Amino acid sequence: MTSRKSALVLGGSSDIGRATARAFAKAGYDIGLAGRDVAALEPDAADLRARYNVEVGLHKFDVLDTASFEGFVSGLPAMPDVVISIVGLLGVQQEAESDLAHATMIMRSNYEGPSLILGLFAEKFLARGSGSIVGVSSVAGDRGRASNYVYGSAKAGFSAFLSGLRARASSSGVHVVTVKPGFVRTKMTEGMKLIGPLTVEAPVVGDAILSAVERKTDIVYVSGKWRLVMLIIKTLPEAVFKKLRF
Amino acid sequence: MTLVSGWGRFPVVDSDVLRPRSFEAVGEAVVTGTIARGNGRAYGDAAIGAVRTIGMTGFDRVRSFDPATGRIRLEAGVLLADLIDTFGPRGFLPFVVPGTRFVSVGGAIAADVHGKNHHCEGGFGRYVDSILLRTGQGETIEVSREENSDAFFATVGGMGLTGIILEVSMRLRPVQTGWIRERVVSASDLDAAMRALEASDAATYSVAWIDCAVRGRDLGRSLIYLGEHAVKGDLADDAAAFPAGKNPGLAVPIDLPSMTLNRTSIRAFNELYYRMGARRAGGNHVVSLYPYFFPLDSIADWNRIYGRRGFLQHQCVIPENGARSVLGDILDRVATRGDASFLAVLKKLGQGDGILSFPLPGYTLALDFPVRGDILNFLDEIDRLVVAAGGRLYLAKDARQSRATFEAGYPALSRFNAIRKALDPNGTIRSKLSQRLFDEV
Repeated sequence: MTSRKSALVLGGSSDIGRATARAFAKAGYDIGLAGRDVAALEPDAADLRARYNVEVGLHKFDVLDTASFEGFVSGLPAMPDVVISIVGLLGVQQEAESDLAHATMIMRSNYEGPSLILGLFAEKFLARGSGSIVGVSSVAGDRGRASNYVYGSAKAGFSAFLSGLRARASSSGVHVVTVKPGFVRTKMTEGMKLIGPLTVEAPVVGDAILSAVERKTDIVYVSGKWRLVMLIIKTLPEAVFKKLRF
Repeated sequence: MTLVSGWGRFPVVDSDVLRPRSFEAVGEAVVTGTIARGNGRAYGDAAIGAVRTIGMTGFDRVRSFDPATGRIRLEAGVLLADLIDTFGPRGFLPFVVPGTRFVSVGGAIAADVHGKNHHCEGGFGRYVDSILLRTGQGETIEVSREENSDAFFATVGGMGLTGIILEVSMRLRPVQTGWIRERVVSASDLDAAMRALEASDAATYSVAWIDCAVRGRDLGRSLIYLGEHAVKGDLADDAAAFPAGKNPGLAVPIDLPSMTLNRTSIRAFNELYYRMGARRAGGNHVVSLYPYFFPLDSIADWNRIYGRRGFLQHQCVIPENGARSVLGDILDRVATRGDASFLAVLKKLGQGDGILSFPLPGYTLALDFPVRGDILNFLDEIDRLVVAAGGRLYLAKDARQSRATFEAGYPALSRFNAIRKALDPNGTIRSKLSQRLFDEV
């Protein structure tokens, strides 16, 4: 054991997960990477050790297997200082409109699983009186849009969960961060038409999460432009908004 | 299909771009006419697949690092910028860096890039111990000076044509600081510039910036930048041993109208630059490695300054013997023409390491030209001077040289072709550059 701080990344094999792990490791945190396929996380663990000379632990975690959550949390060798949920599933909107199984998976991956697991960590952190809880939600949760409302509604639920948790934890020493990345060039968005000036690279998100934890920011729009874009989208009257197909 | 171009944004051509996420997926993605692409900083058509282009920058993991020896194993998509930012603060830098840090390790090997220290320390490939290569035939082999050495020396400087570079073992340079002790020497003409470079053979880093806008008596007027790694004792007591790495602060947000760079604006810029540099001449001072090695990296997307039609960089090397008259001739033609811009760089090179590596003992001159008018004919004339002097052009910068120029400049080509054929008998690995200069038609 070291006396260094530690950060646990749920969804460690995603591009944002890898970038976030690097940002925290560079800042001197020991890292836990959690994902479905532990063997697939090995190269990333080796990368973090070689680059930053930190300790890296790997943990099996499946966001859909909620029954395993309590065992997962109690099975960790030590409670981390920071827990970051990056798990999520964009899915395919058109498919989710008629395929209940697909819609359920999107909802569970983006809302149920991330909320329940961070809720469990919140209990531990509140009992300890310290720690940071980070949920990567989405600007898509700010208002349901025709093109991605199944995903967006799940993210909206997750954002609301984080908002409530933050209020409950205020003045407890536990800090809750909601991250709304906007467009990020990753595996998840590959092939999508992204709007250049509104798109960032994964390392920018990783750095923004580290900075939010260290400065105790509540809500992070990774690109400030998105705060403006979503403000406009949120304030459009429903009569106008419903005509938009984007 | 996607429109793809190199850093010079000329030519722009169709290629099918894939970004596989595992080495297995790389293998599955290879079709006849495939080339690997790093960060797209080759200027012309070197990293554009004849049919398919495989983007490698997602392979950005470090496998292992030994701080006792500086030996590192990494995936080929790691950028030098990443290596510098990650290992610089731990006291290690790449031995060789080109003029931009935004190149991948795989690309740096494929072009066997050189830096300001080539005259004394050689090129990027010299510090590479071994390479994991996926050949066109579908084998994945480790190549080094000891094992598959033909393939190793063909891969260093081989423009990706021996196969896809997956992983690399190499050495990093131990340094005490991330600062450079710089000395600027001003030279009033080409003779003075060449004498100054000659006299500074012992300097670890040396490069001359030439003002191409002046002719006659002033032809070749230059500032020579010499550099050594600063040690801790060179720094003020409270200075950080490693400077903060900055992301580009400025950016060129749009394609500037191509008339932005004209004879008047270039003359004015160069005059100012020369005078500011000349004022600093003589003294020693300590500068951060970032502006010393990568002056243009501080302006994101600077290639857009040349307008939508793109630009050409012409970089030749002329053997030492007779270099003076050929370089004088080229510079005079360029000054007469009047549209070469900021980047006229003169530097001494040593022996190359790879079979097709660009460097040979002599002087290299790099010039930028916007794509317009009769520029292609003009560069063909320059090429004739280069070939007549026994020189050649840098493939990483090239978008337009003829086969005759290429074949005359690279006498080891037939040896390279034989090794390539053995690794890839069906000709699977092909780029737009190889179609233009290498492949049987």
